[in-house]
Amino acid sequence: MDRRHFLSSGLALGCSAAASPLLAPMALASAPWDARLVVIILRGGMDGIDVIRPYGDQAFYRTRGDLTRDAVEDGGDLGGFFALHPALMSLYPLWQAGEFGAMHAVSTPYRDKRSHFDGQDMLEAGTDQLPGPRGRDGWLNRMLQTVPGVESETTFAIGREDLIVTSGDAPISRWSPDAQLSLSPQARTLLELVYENDPLFHAASSDAIAIAEQLKIDSEAETSASEMMMSDPMMEQIKPNSGHVKVARFAANRLRGSTRVAAFSLNGWDTHFNQAKSLPRALSRLSDTILTLKAGLGPVWDKTAVLALTEFGRTAKQNGTGGTDHGTGGAMLFAGGAVRGGQILGDWPGLNLPDLYAGRDLMPTRDVRAGAAWAMRGLFGLDRAVLEDAIFPGLDLGPDLKLIA
Amino acid sequence: MPFTSHLASIRFGTGLSPRIAPPASPDEMVRLLTGPDRIGEAIPMPTFLTVDPSLLDYKRATQARNRVRGTPEEEAAHEAMRALQRQARRRQRDFLMRRMARAATTEDGLRERLERFWADHFTVKSSGPMSAHLVAVFAEEAIRPHVTGRFSDMLRAAMTHPMMLSYLDQNRSFGPNSQRAKRRGGGLNENLARELLELHTLGVDGPYGQSDVRQLAELLTGMAFTQEEGFVYRTNFVEPGAETVLGSSYGGGAPSVDHVFEALDDLARHPATARHLSEKMARHFVSDEPSEDLVQTLTAAFRDTEGDLLVMTAQLLEHPDAWSPELKKVKPPRDFMESTLRALGVRAADLTALDRKPVDQIFAGPMQVMGQSIAGPSGPDGWPEDPASWITPQGMAGRIGWSMKAPSQVTDALPDPRDFVRTALGQQASEAVVFAAGAAETPAEGIGIVLSSPDFQRR
Repeated sequence: MDRRHFLSSGLALGCSAAASPLLAPMALASAPWDARLVVIILRGGMDGIDVIRPYGDQAFYRTRGDLTRDAVEDGGDLGGFFALHPALMSLYPLWQAGEFGAMHAVSTPYRDKRSHFDGQDMLEAGTDQLPGPRGRDGWLNRMLQTVPGVESETTFAIGREDLIVTSGDAPISRWSPDAQLSLSPQARTLLELVYENDPLFHAASSDAIAIAEQLKIDSEAETSASEMMMSDPMMEQIKPNSGHVKVARFAANRLRGSTRVAAFSLNGWDTHFNQAKSLPRALSRLSDTILTLKAGLGPVWDKTAVLALTEFGRTAKQNGTGGTDHGTGGAMLFAGGAVRGGQILGDWPGLNLPDLYAGRDLMPTRDVRAGAAWAMRGLFGLDRAVLEDAIFPGLDLGPDLKLIA
Repeated sequence: MPFTSHLASIRFGTGLSPRIAPPASPDEMVRLLTGPDRIGEAIPMPTFLTVDPSLLDYKRATQARNRVRGTPEEEAAHEAMRALQRQARRRQRDFLMRRMARAATTEDGLRERLERFWADHFTVKSSGPMSAHLVAVFAEEAIRPHVTGRFSDMLRAAMTHPMMLSYLDQNRSFGPNSQRAKRRGGGLNENLARELLELHTLGVDGPYGQSDVRQLAELLTGMAFTQEEGFVYRTNFVEPGAETVLGSSYGGGAPSVDHVFEALDDLARHPATARHLSEKMARHFVSDEPSEDLVQTLTAAFRDTEGDLLVMTAQLLEHPDAWSPELKKVKPPRDFMESTLRALGVRAADLTALDRKPVDQIFAGPMQVMGQSIAGPSGPDGWPEDPASWITPQGMAGRIGWSMKAPSQVTDALPDPRDFVRTALGQQASEAVVFAAGAAETPAEGIGIVLSSPDFQRR
């Protein structure tokens, strides 16, 4: 069989080689809304009690030994009851400008077994029970499914790891800033042929080629924007080549264009040991990320909300090794020009023993999904019923959190 | 569905090779496993205590620096510490290449695959620059000798290895009422106890609760290690009194590591463990949705032999599902690279001789783009199993790019793609890939297309 014959028989079988993204760059379309949403999954269980410290609660000092040291002195006061962890002080100007805040004592509906992996699956699925092994369908993707006019470049899942929160039937793009691909036209044609009968490989490689192509076209504009970004005085302390900064810069570059939603994860929150040292490392990655987004987005920052969510909080009590173990209630952080920052949302349950969940964890007083839901309602104007049924099944949205300005 | 030797080396081994014959039967595969670890002897790995540099070397270098603090010799002593760190990073690459060379040249590929599978089940990670190279040492010491032995022995070896004790914070967990905690403070850390139940034995759906986690954490106190001796049991760390885990009482009286081992043995032979490990093994080797019959066959083999992993593996090879023609799994990046080296006939000595820079450039860097960092998976649950986690656009960009470029970097003369497609895929080559191999414009592209094809990427 000669090549021409093989290719034309492939075409006859419905392989539309000419129209395939393997062969042609993707077209840019207009997005359904102008607002931008960034979702950061904090993997490992961020200790909300240490990040947003309830120094106004006397029990805080009893339950947290060493970890209350400098609770307020080095951190920033957040309205008279809470204080910001010192390692997040680079975000304090954002708090003062109304561009950074938190929702405290929140959790997903996940309870009791305190597994990172089930906890993260549930957080990303957005459901009120554990998704089955096949139910890898995330709430961001279900949100996209309810909106007409969504294209794959509307949403970017960024990083080397797959994200459940953006997985599902709605088209999305996935990429890692360190990936690149350049192929001869002949190699593309032949790859199209070998992937033809394997939907998984076909979809992933088509996207890879299309995205790599688009990035090549965009890269000139981005170079000058990146230079501008690096001259921002808030960026002086940030190492431009660390992985998380590259991810944030990539997100900002996409979001300045036709992308409206970006999601990625930050690891390193599982602070069982010597939390006074390990948590600041994770927090500075988070603040680098948020400041890089702000600098990179420029004027688009004003239309942007960043939500940082984690699978669960940690034990109220410090453990025996200067850290904390897996808990329940925690905090969600939010930032951006579009949020109503400068406030700590939520009902503080207290840290006295009878107030704790199962006698050990911060009691969740609100579903963290309500925070994400109200943010999306404010940004995208989604219906309450859609949020409660399609996106977050089983969620009671509750009173308006007024999270978006 | 019948056994084929090509499928055997692709699905249960490290791939086809122009130099090494694939196994002739499941019996031969089992026979190789029960025989000596030839490739392990040919390409050896050190142990925690013999590795160079060791944690003890670093401890001594640190002590030497502390002795000369504030003197003119301090800088030289500090440089000696930094040199050890550099050496550890080089060693990490060295061990990566030794293990890739084993996979690329072994006759007994299933042993490599089993080591990989069980080492992932007991994932450990390094906590700093001086232990990055010890992750491979853990697999060699705690996992490899037991892949054809008893699960209870592997569990014990893994739980008492310094890398596990440090990764999941066990060496710093003290009984709240222990002598150590009373005198110098400190207390319990639940990390290892929880993962031991959730990941290593019963599984997250297993019959345990928070109180079992807590009680097991108390029982595990005393498990620690030193740079000089490796594992030690420190009686002054031990929480006094008996602990109840899954309804059974352990310990009480004089502290003894035997109480811990008793609990580990009970967990190792628990029916929930048998089921959990069987599902995991079936998912890893056969399909993300294994048949109930396969899982039950493995569960029964595990239960009836009290966790004889050789019998369990042999049962897997005997099951018809093992030879179903559809390739449902995808090679993780490292396995993909190893099977490429094997198909290209690269020699072990050429791989183990590579310096740090080319290792990073040709292997470690691209592997990271494909989604598999040499620092290991992000958590103790190991690498993902489902193909969709690996075959992402960014992952495919990494795989295709590497396929086109790397073969020219590791061989002097590229084979003819029309021959290579047969060497690499044997009877598994589809019509499309055979055609594409011959239709490419250059040998490098032809080989790149064969390597990027689902035929080669899947197993």
